[in-house]
Amino acid sequence: MAANLLVPTALRGFTDRQAEIALEGGTVGALLQALVARYPDIGPHLFDEQGGLRGFVNVFVGEANIKGTGGLDTPVGDGATVMVVPAIAGGAPGQAAPR
Amino acid sequence: MIILPADMDALIRSEGERAYPYECCGLILGPLPGPSGGGPGDVRRAARLVPLENAREGEKRRRRFHIDPLDFLRAEREAVSAGLEILGVYHSHPDHPARPSDHDLRQALPFYSYVIVAVEKGRARELTSWRLSADRATFGEEGVEIPG
Repeated sequence: MAANLLVPTALRGFTDRQAEIALEGGTVGALLQALVARYPDIGPHLFDEQGGLRGFVNVFVGEANIKGTGGLDTPVGDGATVMVVPAIAGGAPGQAAPR
Repeated sequence: MIILPADMDALIRSEGERAYPYECCGLILGPLPGPSGGGPGDVRRAARLVPLENAREGEKRRRRFHIDPLDFLRAEREAVSAGLEILGVYHSHPDHPARPSDHDLRQALPFYSYVIVAVEKGRARELTSWRLSADRATFGEEGVEIPG
């Protein structure tokens, strides 16, 4: 089962500048492992030491964030578009004010 | 270095003033700098800004910003359809200097330009741009050119 993985600009330095990569895998986890097998240097930027997705990594299948659809076990249909989306955050010095 | 056309410099400043006392944020789109896809010293030119809502809740927006991943995904698609890339991020520091914080450093990604505008008592002041070092340890300031 093949899907297209879209890589954000910030991580293309680890994929030979490839923006869209066709990969085999029935779940998001399998797809990302296939990506890491092809481009090992991207692995530490996606996964932590326990094998979970890093906090700043979001993955969407179509318009759905996998955090709400089963995480790495989310199924990926044939021809689906899967996108790695970095979380963008920051802020001024000091603690964020409480709500 | 990042080349920021004058109308975009003005838009970032006005967004910072509009959002005050909260932080504004948005994405910077432009063509990929060079055939190699850019490097630490590349010169990149902003072609379009995508102002976005600060997705942080309530008063947290005074010191923090967060871009909703779905907003980022849509901006990425907008960029690709226009033959552009997301080159960086801008945000404001209300009543703080235009210098990256430790929090900015922890959240930063390689490649992107991080443009910061200081907004002092509601008025935009200094505007700077920064990039993450390869070892993620520091931010290095890059030049900002605003063509006449």
